[in-house]
Amino acid sequence: MTGENRPRTMFEKIWDAHVVHAEERRQTILYIDLHLVHEVTSPQAFEGLRLAGRRVRRPERAVATVDHNVPTTDRSLPIVDPVSKQQIDTLRDNCRQFDVRLYDVDHENQGIVHVIGPELGLTQPGMTIVCGDSHTATHGALGALAFGIGTSEVEHVLATQTLLQYRPKTFQIRVDGRLAAGVGAKDLILYLIGRISTQGGTGYSIEYTGEAIRALTMEGRMTVCNMSIEAGARAGLIAPDDTTYEYLRGRPFAPEDFDAAVAAWRQLPSDDGARYDRTEVFDAADVAPQVTWGTNPGHVTGVDGRVPELADFPDDVDRAAAAKALAYMGLEPGTPIRSITIDRVFIGSCTNGRIEDLREAAAVARGYQVADGVHAMVVPGSGPVKREAEAEGLDQVFTQAGFEWREPGCSMCLAMNPDKLEPGERCASTSNRNFEGRQGKDGRTHLVSPSMAAAAAVSGRFVDVRQWEYK
Amino acid sequence: MRAFTKHTGLVALMDRSNVDTDQIIPKQFLKRIERTGFGQFLFFDWRFQNDGSPNPDFELNRPEYAGASVLIARRNFGCGSSREHAPWALDDYGFRVLIAPSFADIFFNNCFKNGMLPIVMAEKTVDDLFARASAHPGYQLTVDLQSCTIADEHGLSLPFQVDPFRRHCLLGGLDDIGLTLQHEEKIAAYEKARGIA
Repeated sequence: MTGENRPRTMFEKIWDAHVVHAEERRQTILYIDLHLVHEVTSPQAFEGLRLAGRRVRRPERAVATVDHNVPTTDRSLPIVDPVSKQQIDTLRDNCRQFDVRLYDVDHENQGIVHVIGPELGLTQPGMTIVCGDSHTATHGALGALAFGIGTSEVEHVLATQTLLQYRPKTFQIRVDGRLAAGVGAKDLILYLIGRISTQGGTGYSIEYTGEAIRALTMEGRMTVCNMSIEAGARAGLIAPDDTTYEYLRGRPFAPEDFDAAVAAWRQLPSDDGARYDRTEVFDAADVAPQVTWGTNPGHVTGVDGRVPELADFPDDVDRAAAAKALAYMGLEPGTPIRSITIDRVFIGSCTNGRIEDLREAAAVARGYQVADGVHAMVVPGSGPVKREAEAEGLDQVFTQAGFEWREPGCSMCLAMNPDKLEPGERCASTSNRNFEGRQGKDGRTHLVSPSMAAAAAVSGRFVDVRQWEYK
Repeated sequence: MRAFTKHTGLVALMDRSNVDTDQIIPKQFLKRIERTGFGQFLFFDWRFQNDGSPNPDFELNRPEYAGASVLIARRNFGCGSSREHAPWALDDYGFRVLIAPSFADIFFNNCFKNGMLPIVMAEKTVDDLFARASAHPGYQLTVDLQSCTIADEHGLSLPFQVDPFRRHCLLGGLDDIGLTLQHEEKIAAYEKARGIA
């Protein structure tokens, strides 16, 4: 008895449809529809293929781009860092040798891998998608089963077009109600991570459901799914709906027979009565604009809150970690978030580097000036995002306000390129990780939404963007 | 892949939770195109001061931990980025076994791909190991993957759990890609059924 008639979650439907071989007490061999590749986690994988005399099984199912190492300044100049340059050259050579399509530095569609996938229509509902990058979860926003893998697994996918996986458990996170004005997708996912913790999702594939999730735009959904990994979950999915289908219609790699594809995709959402291994329910009205205060994304509170007291942590291990975090961040317990001043602002990343994020930030910045002593920059997530923003005049809004306007790339999210914090600098960042040293050694990262980042740039400190006076 | 059957080694204690892979191997070292040579960069920002000299306050710099090959840490070890450079760095530095109450998924998976054994043990058990290791200078553990037990020189004998298939692959030093390609005809059959030419 196969049990095909029992109600299934979307995750189970996608998983079941991609099983090549399953055996008791072994990992399942899962077929991979789309393999996204970038320059940092692929060199050793391609080298492994060469050493073993193997080819890429399905080169047409792999798509590569350069994003982590690329400078976000003038790209006609050669890359200054020889090691970065070597890594980018290596990807170029590998793609040529193994016949993989590459969106190189000078390509008009180059960008952050998790921005260009959906943008090009490569990411589609019901697919299995992997990449050597933990924020691959982003693509779950389109109803794909998408997750990050290590370099050995990258090699495995290149060689076999499959992946060995144990099936994760399913976790429904339902968000009822609606987010308030001034509160967005980034605030929501930060709030959720704060509630379930950085390991609350470990071992699970999350499905986000509920009215507040349905109300999000595609880009908002990508922001939420992107940070699933920060809660420990490798994958985070949102069921496709008409919003999804309209987003994909007409994109370069969208299916030619689009209506037939939509009819198939409509079968994907979880069935009524499907069972999840765990469910948690939240109310969107409880979410205020969020600001992280510590050194992991779970160290977060509302902008109207304070840096916690150590006594707030009943668990010894958590309290010790909080004490270390406060020392690193140079913050005293009890400090109001709105009194924390900042030196740098970074708007961009695979979390918040899309056109709606830039519109949100520009609306706040319009008519104002970046505060004295603050260095702020905006990095669009891809070539198309940059061109769209320029067509709408957003670049002018930013530069007139005193923000730097850059070329697409991962930039200061992780400082593998020239964009980084100096020791001790405090940054309001729309990226996804505030680990020690993430944006630069001894740099202090506070994760926020695009509107909160822009408001902090103008104010020189964190302010509640719900009270912002838009010009 | 190098096999893992039984290992005896010096224990180092890392009394920290949520040790993320940015700490294990900071991003500036991800630019290498080789798999080897990452040990010199392990925990770089914690291990070294700004002038390049060893940080005397960092636990792995303690002289009594020189040559340690078993690392015991607190919950959610290896969280954050998927970089497999993290287990490469730990391995190249000399660690063969990691023990913690919990590991992040991607990191946990990556360890097995490199012949390293991550072992999950209950928080209370990890607390006890911390206490035992602190009480005995030069504390060593013997980790036996055949019998799935951990022993020390002071009468400890602890069972541990490992997924049977992962254990089988580690014991045999089996290569994942080779194993999968034994099912190549199933991959071809799947592709044919879906019309993937």
